[in-house]
Amino acid sequence: MPTDPRLAGPALHLADSLWQDAAIKFGNTAGAVLGFLGVLLAVFFAAGRATGRFSRPLAVALMLGPAAVLLLTGLVVPLLRTVYLSFYDADSAKFVGGKNYGWAATSSPIHDVLLNTLLWLVVAPIAATGLGLLLALLVDRMRGQAVYKSLVFMPMAVSLVAASIIFKLVYESRGSGQNQVGLLSQLAVAVGWDDPPNWILSQPLNNFLLMGVMVWVQTGFAMVVLSAAIKAIPDEITEAARLDGASGVRLFLHVTVPMIRTTLVVVLTTIMIITLKAFDIVRTMTGGNFGTQVLANEMYSQSFEQYNIGRGSALAVILFLAVAPLVVYNIALLRKERATR
Amino acid sequence: MTTPVTTGRRRLLAVPAVLALALTAACSNSSSDGGGGGGSAAALTGDCAKYQAYAGHSGTKVSMYASILSPESDSLEKSWAEFSNCTGIKIVYEGSNDFESQLPVRVAGGNAPDLAIIPQPGLLAQMVKSGKVVKPPQQTVDNENKWSPVWKEYGSVNGTFYAAPMSANMKSLVWYSPKAFKAAGYEVPKTWQDLIALSDKIARAGGETKPWCGGIGSGTATGWPATDWLEEVVLGSYGGDVYDQWISHKVKFSDEKITTAMKTVADWMQNPAWVNAGFGDVKTIATTTFQDAGTPILSNKCAMLQQASFYRAQWPKGTSIGPDGDVFAFHLPAVNPQVTNPVEGGGEFLAAFSDRPEVQAVQNYLSTSEWAGSRVKVSPGWVSANQGVDKSLYTDPIDKLSAESLTDPSATFRFDASDLMPAAVGSGAEWKALTAWFAEGQSIQKTAADIDAAWPQ
Repeated sequence: MPTDPRLAGPALHLADSLWQDAAIKFGNTAGAVLGFLGVLLAVFFAAGRATGRFSRPLAVALMLGPAAVLLLTGLVVPLLRTVYLSFYDADSAKFVGGKNYGWAATSSPIHDVLLNTLLWLVVAPIAATGLGLLLALLVDRMRGQAVYKSLVFMPMAVSLVAASIIFKLVYESRGSGQNQVGLLSQLAVAVGWDDPPNWILSQPLNNFLLMGVMVWVQTGFAMVVLSAAIKAIPDEITEAARLDGASGVRLFLHVTVPMIRTTLVVVLTTIMIITLKAFDIVRTMTGGNFGTQVLANEMYSQSFEQYNIGRGSALAVILFLAVAPLVVYNIALLRKERATR
Repeated sequence: MTTPVTTGRRRLLAVPAVLALALTAACSNSSSDGGGGGGSAAALTGDCAKYQAYAGHSGTKVSMYASILSPESDSLEKSWAEFSNCTGIKIVYEGSNDFESQLPVRVAGGNAPDLAIIPQPGLLAQMVKSGKVVKPPQQTVDNENKWSPVWKEYGSVNGTFYAAPMSANMKSLVWYSPKAFKAAGYEVPKTWQDLIALSDKIARAGGETKPWCGGIGSGTATGWPATDWLEEVVLGSYGGDVYDQWISHKVKFSDEKITTAMKTVADWMQNPAWVNAGFGDVKTIATTTFQDAGTPILSNKCAMLQQASFYRAQWPKGTSIGPDGDVFAFHLPAVNPQVTNPVEGGGEFLAAFSDRPEVQAVQNYLSTSEWAGSRVKVSPGWVSANQGVDKSLYTDPIDKLSAESLTDPSATFRFDASDLMPAAVGSGAEWKALTAWFAEGQSIQKTAADIDAAWPQ
């Protein structure tokens, strides 16, 4: 309690109102939940009562309706609005035509951003998938593979922000002669490199170091999925190939890879989509400085830090257009695979 | 077929009953939630008598949104607890880390708070543009006269006064260790020449100590401390007029005046012999967070750090702050002695998005020197530039130093320039370009040109 007697009263009142607040909030929540359940019960009851001609359409509407409404209000309407806003100025007040897209196409910082994004799109998914495939092959033959797999898969459970903070500490650098704080610099010193660079500042190395975080997180996912696909290859096929004299690399290239091709592509495109949307790594580690900016982070920065809704929306549309073909291809491939099975 | 129907009916009956129950619960909650001891428009007595002017709104709620988080926000809530208690106006405070990006979203979404504490005049202007900010009542405007006139300008957009300042902080400080200075026989510099001479002396003395520490890392806001350095030098070199023209882009970054100021900053904070103790070369300033930058002062690896008054919160627990303590601060001298007492600072402004009478009552109260005094009393780390606040209330030496400079009528006070520039520059291009200037050794000309290019047309 504060020593000042004038404060004792208000402080007590504060504590009091906190309880009151909690009680009100709890009451409101409970009321809302009960009300919602009540409405749900009523609707389902009404649907259950319907018979004859209307029963099927009604059931369809009831089951799909909520999802459709949510999809519409949560995805389609915002998407259309983003496209609309991308043709307006910073305050969404004046129609400016394609000016925002023109800016994205001609401004040199945005060129660097697009180039970086492209680099991410190519390097990170291939590295993660390749590493995942390699680990899947190696781990498959080991004893106690479950343990290794869980260890590699573990980073998947860490959010990208947390992973970035971990790696930020790994890449931390101090000048030569100082005690190194970061793991990477300390390793460099240990192998005899007296003056390791300031990793985060070294361009274009820093881009790849940032991608390393994504690879670290996604490799486990790739490994688990690919390992399952490899295991699903019928033994007869591998045996037949072996009898024909294939082994090692040839077996891998001509039998294993073609057999898991669809899975490989799905894993690759899934990680690509995650990579395109990833902005947390860049945001946490460099804030887009030192030549590491990517599209998703630039979009956030334009919309919510510089309050230029028009430019932010234009970048969001570009990002959407970049992701869309990947998603479509992914779905088509999965469908095709399901159809052939 | 009879049984399902009856159970169905029973269920059907149960639904409205549940709804009714929920509704009554909600109603009784809101009606039982009155203010503490106030009573309606009745005369307030005893300790409450001084709040008579704000009486008559008992049982009302005012929502407030800001970037101030606990524990600082606890002090804030404590400072108006008595007001709340006596008048029965409940202030529902909400602090957010994402305030700057969330406020425009909430306002645009029709979910504006009644009051918002806005730390940047640029953001205030942005909000006024949305047309949702409500002009303050006359009482607040009158209370405003106790601040120096320049503050009124910063709370105004296009000449119309919208938001009263609540707090102020001083940026023109240099942190140092009085103990180390005493041991080495250094004196606190009074002029820029003294400061440069002292830096040179420390650098020449050799040993582990470098004269300056620096760090401009701050997550996505990386670069802001560098904008402060530039602002201090521009203000201290040319005074308020050039500074004001610079903010309105009448003086461009590529103007010779500003590039000369950048050269001064480069000679000071990019001098390899002077920085960056314990962290490495000049470039490490870009990767060192501003929070970490000052710690080498305690181990005597560097002697000085230019950083605002709020840096007091960054020192480890147990560090004594004071004229004879482990750390203290002195006023950064003017580059040009002709400029009297340049003070660069920041502050927070209270803007209203609603003109309900209880909102105006809170707005009025928070613009008074009485409220400012009660906030000062709660805990250190809060300074008001309101001339009406009794300076003997400040218990912390840094607060006292800041308050004296901020209320000094002869001081050339100016608000943080990057907070006043358009967001595309002030929280975008300028941060980025100055960071590149430090991190990549980019030329002054290119740095200035990049910032100018980002200025909205």
